[in-house]
Amino acid sequence: MDFLRPASWEEALAAKAAHPTAVPIAGGTDVMVEINFDHRRPDHLLDLNRIGELTEWEVGRENVRLGACVPYSRIMEHLRAELPGLALASHTVASPQIRNRGSVGGNLGTASPAGDAHPALLAAGAEVEAESVRGTRMIPIDAFYTGVKRNALEPDELIRAVHIKKADGPQQFSKVGTRNAMVIAVCAFGLALHPGTRTVRTGIGSAAPTPVRAKEAEEFLNAALEEGGFWDSRAIITPSVAKQFAALAAGACNPIDDVRGTASYRRHAVGIMARRTLGWTWESYRGNGRSTEGAA
Amino acid sequence: MGVTGNPTSINQGTRTKGGIGESTLRPDGILKVTGEFAYSSDMWHEDMLWGHTLRSTFAHAEIVSIDTSEALATSGVYAVLTYDDLPSTVKNYGLEIQDTPVLAHGKVRHHGEPVALVAADHPETARRAAAKIRIDYRELPVITDEASATAPDAILVHEGRSDHHAGHVPHPNIVHRQPIVRGDADAAAARADVVVSGEYVFGMQDQAFLGPESGLAVPAEDGGVDLYVATQWLHSDLRQIAPVLGLPEDKVRMTLAGVGGAFGGREDLSMQIHACLLALRTGKPVKIVYNRFESFFGHVHRHPAKLWYEHGATRDGKLTHMKCRIVLDGGAYASASPAVVGNASSLSVGPYVIDDVDIEAIALYTNNPPCGAMRGFGAVQACFAYEAQMDKLAAELGMDPVEFRQLNAMEQGTLLPTGQVVDSPAPVAELLRRVKDMPMPPERQWEVAGEQADVRALPGGLSNTTHGEGVVRGVGYAVGLKNVGFSEGFDDYSTARVRMEAVAGEPVVTVHTAMAEVGQGGVTVHAQIARTELGVSQVTIHPADTRVGSAGSTSASRQTYVTGGAVKHSCEAVREKVLEMGRRKFGTFHPAWATAELLLEGGKVVTDGGEVLADLADVLEDEAVDIELEWRHRPTEAFDLRTGQGNGHVQYSFAAHRAVVEVDTELGLVKVVELACAQDVGKALNPLSVVGQIQGGTIQGLGIAVMEEIVVDPRTAKVRNPSFTDYLLPTILDTPAIPVDVLELADDHAPYGLRGVGEAPTLSSTPAVLAAIRNATGLELNRTPVRPEHLTGT
Amino acid sequence: MRVNFTVNGRRYEADDVWEGESLLYVLRERMGLPGSKNACEQGECGSCTVRLDGVPVCSCLVAAGQVEGREVVTVEGLADFAAHRAEQHPGSGCAPGACGTALDQARRWQADPAGEEARETGELSPIQQAFIDAGAVQCGFCTPGLLVAADELLERNPEPSDADIREALSGNLCRCTGYEKILDAVRLAAARAEETV
Repeated sequence: MDFLRPASWEEALAAKAAHPTAVPIAGGTDVMVEINFDHRRPDHLLDLNRIGELTEWEVGRENVRLGACVPYSRIMEHLRAELPGLALASHTVASPQIRNRGSVGGNLGTASPAGDAHPALLAAGAEVEAESVRGTRMIPIDAFYTGVKRNALEPDELIRAVHIKKADGPQQFSKVGTRNAMVIAVCAFGLALHPGTRTVRTGIGSAAPTPVRAKEAEEFLNAALEEGGFWDSRAIITPSVAKQFAALAAGACNPIDDVRGTASYRRHAVGIMARRTLGWTWESYRGNGRSTEGAA
Repeated sequence: MGVTGNPTSINQGTRTKGGIGESTLRPDGILKVTGEFAYSSDMWHEDMLWGHTLRSTFAHAEIVSIDTSEALATSGVYAVLTYDDLPSTVKNYGLEIQDTPVLAHGKVRHHGEPVALVAADHPETARRAAAKIRIDYRELPVITDEASATAPDAILVHEGRSDHHAGHVPHPNIVHRQPIVRGDADAAAARADVVVSGEYVFGMQDQAFLGPESGLAVPAEDGGVDLYVATQWLHSDLRQIAPVLGLPEDKVRMTLAGVGGAFGGREDLSMQIHACLLALRTGKPVKIVYNRFESFFGHVHRHPAKLWYEHGATRDGKLTHMKCRIVLDGGAYASASPAVVGNASSLSVGPYVIDDVDIEAIALYTNNPPCGAMRGFGAVQACFAYEAQMDKLAAELGMDPVEFRQLNAMEQGTLLPTGQVVDSPAPVAELLRRVKDMPMPPERQWEVAGEQADVRALPGGLSNTTHGEGVVRGVGYAVGLKNVGFSEGFDDYSTARVRMEAVAGEPVVTVHTAMAEVGQGGVTVHAQIARTELGVSQVTIHPADTRVGSAGSTSASRQTYVTGGAVKHSCEAVREKVLEMGRRKFGTFHPAWATAELLLEGGKVVTDGGEVLADLADVLEDEAVDIELEWRHRPTEAFDLRTGQGNGHVQYSFAAHRAVVEVDTELGLVKVVELACAQDVGKALNPLSVVGQIQGGTIQGLGIAVMEEIVVDPRTAKVRNPSFTDYLLPTILDTPAIPVDVLELADDHAPYGLRGVGEAPTLSSTPAVLAAIRNATGLELNRTPVRPEHLTGT
Repeated sequence: MRVNFTVNGRRYEADDVWEGESLLYVLRERMGLPGSKNACEQGECGSCTVRLDGVPVCSCLVAAGQVEGREVVTVEGLADFAAHRAEQHPGSGCAPGACGTALDQARRWQADPAGEEARETGELSPIQQAFIDAGAVQCGFCTPGLLVAADELLERNPEPSDADIREALSGNLCRCTGYEKILDAVRLAAARAEETV
């Protein structure tokens, strides 16, 4: 095994081009577990810790350009207003120690369906800035996840940043685990209201081979909100609409039975979380929520 | 903390500071907070090698061939060992039945069984070499439950059994069977106005001590080996290790390294023999440290169990009878299964008066992971079931569940199903009253004025699943009965060597035992006992090793009782000797030497009236008093193999819990809000440690109630979650406030009247939480741990 | 490979490090600093928590090569680290959030030889003393990681609520105590710090 320590982004791209099987390591919160438990022996580890720009972010007019290695704890602390859904999701990641090291770039690189950031990214809307010595491309988040622990990156590409839409309305994130902290998602749900476009976007984690949006549920809700004039009236959403939205969200799941939970529970729980997060965000939108950010 | 009752009077050294009854601080505390305390995984030796264990990937398979040549040829590898390399004719070990191969021979019987060993200059070298060992397996069908174990054509997990249980078990795949019959349960059932029954399932719990199995074996010039290891019982290890190495016991010198928790999981051997074999083969020190994945295969677990219970009661709430059948899954090797069967059967009635019982407990041999000792030891599984039954009966009768229990609670003088009389206080009704009377925790603690709900106080916690929606509170009670010490006629003793000498004009006492300090605080208590008995403030605890006699195991809540008793006993002998020396030297100067009751206090010999007769330093001068003695509690008897009758236990321990939970009924997530406990400890030698034991035991019970379970695939008998990612332990956000009420009703048979403390709280905590969840949800819930699926019907 | 970094104010160099080794392994097996504990090696227990450039992390998940040129504080250096902090902020009376150790400060920090002596004579950091006094130590295997995490909490937030303590320590498993005495210890350390203001 070789340990590559590029001092700059350009060096990192060159190293990845020279060694396409090199495994990037930033926070180490996935990679080191696999190494410690002898599940993986890559020929090369590509350390990204020395590249300062990867832990920086820029807040633009429409987007936040989030460096691939910005730790979750920084997102919680500094980006709650711009990225409330992702900040909430960040808060559910593992433990304080892990949140000090883990990053959205790592979640995307691993592309586990259980990654906590994915539902929030899907709901907010995002693009992944992937780069290689051949150039830069922007991968829409909806096209990024290609299979269980597989993503749209080419072997020579690295994730430089994620461009996430700044919140234009309330966002929520909710995750079921069988422990009250430090737990991998049994399933998770992210929801963002986009009053600017009068749309709702969602993200489901751990309930399908990849993170997915509940598109049918979104379309149903978009139509129902539009038809009912809810965006303007800010009236309470009819329970039957919320119920149907929840059912469609549950229907968007394609889960498995595993040691963390059953498929039918996952479907059930996603439905409940869909209904609750819709309720919380809508209350916020109506002006009754005390913040868009959730608590704690 | 309430204190009730009259502890046995202590007529020695009650005024010595740091004696028993005080919350003196741990002697190892400073080392532990500075990182200097040397745990077994911290051992290091120049030029040492790393040992690695290759384990079976199948639960049941024949080993057709093993090829180690490529591994041996790896640079940096010093040895590769298989069964064929074992040096002695003894190739198995085991606590009671020597059925466990040091390395697999021809067959593996469970997932993760050790097959080969590697020693190399770096752990990675050892792992890579182990990966090059080629094993050709031929898979066999797996035995995973009672039906497959006792089927007429069942494969025998162990062919040709000759152990002492083989003769009386109904099938060779049953390790041990213990029936207990008293009165006439069928006739009594006819008197019952209400009969309830249930089938209960208890999941496989892991001890999950944080310090992994580890140690260092150093070959010695005399052909022997020095072993530094974390264990619960040095001498039991030694008895099993030496024969396999082909060495006499005096050539295997064991020293207790720092132990990172145990909870029963270190009663059986893990890496001990393996490290010694590699050290003796290579002539170099060998260190073995399991990682967490391997640790799940490196020790036995708590027996999962199926329990069938029937209880009856009259309309006025008196229990009429109980029938039960308890099936414990012992897995591939016997470990402590026979004793667990003894406990499960003899304690299956719980702390209740029932005259007519029909009880049967068995442990199976299967291809599941081996199971053995864990805190609560057979009594835990039974308590989960009988407490669920008590709630069912109370509900059927329309009675308050606490009052119903109190009405049937055992007390001093009650006859157990084994025919044994409970001959010390049994304040079962009182403990229930105390937990019931504690103030209830406030409702809706997640509500923060003017702000959003604090999710940290809600089910789901930081995962932000509810802001109060669907949340329902429930309250539940449970009480349990645990034995203390080794039962069934086992010669349960301990040994203590106590030395008193004068150093720089001050008396100093050294206490040397082989007791394994695993975190419980035995070392603190030993020093306290020595101060109380010998009136000397400076007490040193000698490291535990095999140069002193056996202390027995740090298990069964027994060490303060038995090794504490041994320390007391040896201190008394030292005191007599010192007084004798004093009489010889100074007796002629003061008549009180001959006439008064003499005490040792504050480093002096004093009369019971407080008059100082001599400084201990002057009595001792340059002579040391050094005495090593064994001490035993009163003997017990085996249970009759047909009727279960016999005075099998030496002491009992009782705890009661009240659980308050909040359940998100839509998502099936649980937040335990409070787990109040009341326990009788006889005499709290160190109140701070006692409360710590009760709180720790309580949370282990919470774990198996709502999250902890080793999941074994029933088709393959393979473990599906051997990691802390998927075997979940409670975090500090899962644990509630744990108010503790300690009762001190002396057991006159025990040193200072004390009662073993460690296990009882682990019993009643689980059923109390289950009862509270049932109370919140109205669901029957016959299985623990409860999963969200069970609460949501999905 | 070779790795150079600073631990508890001392420069260390490790040679022949296998590229897959963790910071935890290097500390324990190569530098004679086994205080950080190896309970899970998967970031699920917090027993190996150290400060890396001031930030609490699981040292089992930091690759050794990633520590090149960086500063690590382990439980072995906690007393000195806390003593140095107390000198910088006497009385620890700073407002919540205003008292953290800035990255550049952490980088500049050096062990004080006098501090080394003091620790040998039994001087402990306030959180270490509180763990002993409150009975928060049983087997002690979780203790080093908890101390590093709790010390950092009190540095950020000198008056934490119970919920704050629970959240900050939710990445540190303890199997012995049921956590009640650990909460007591953190409350005790916070209360003592307040008294000295």
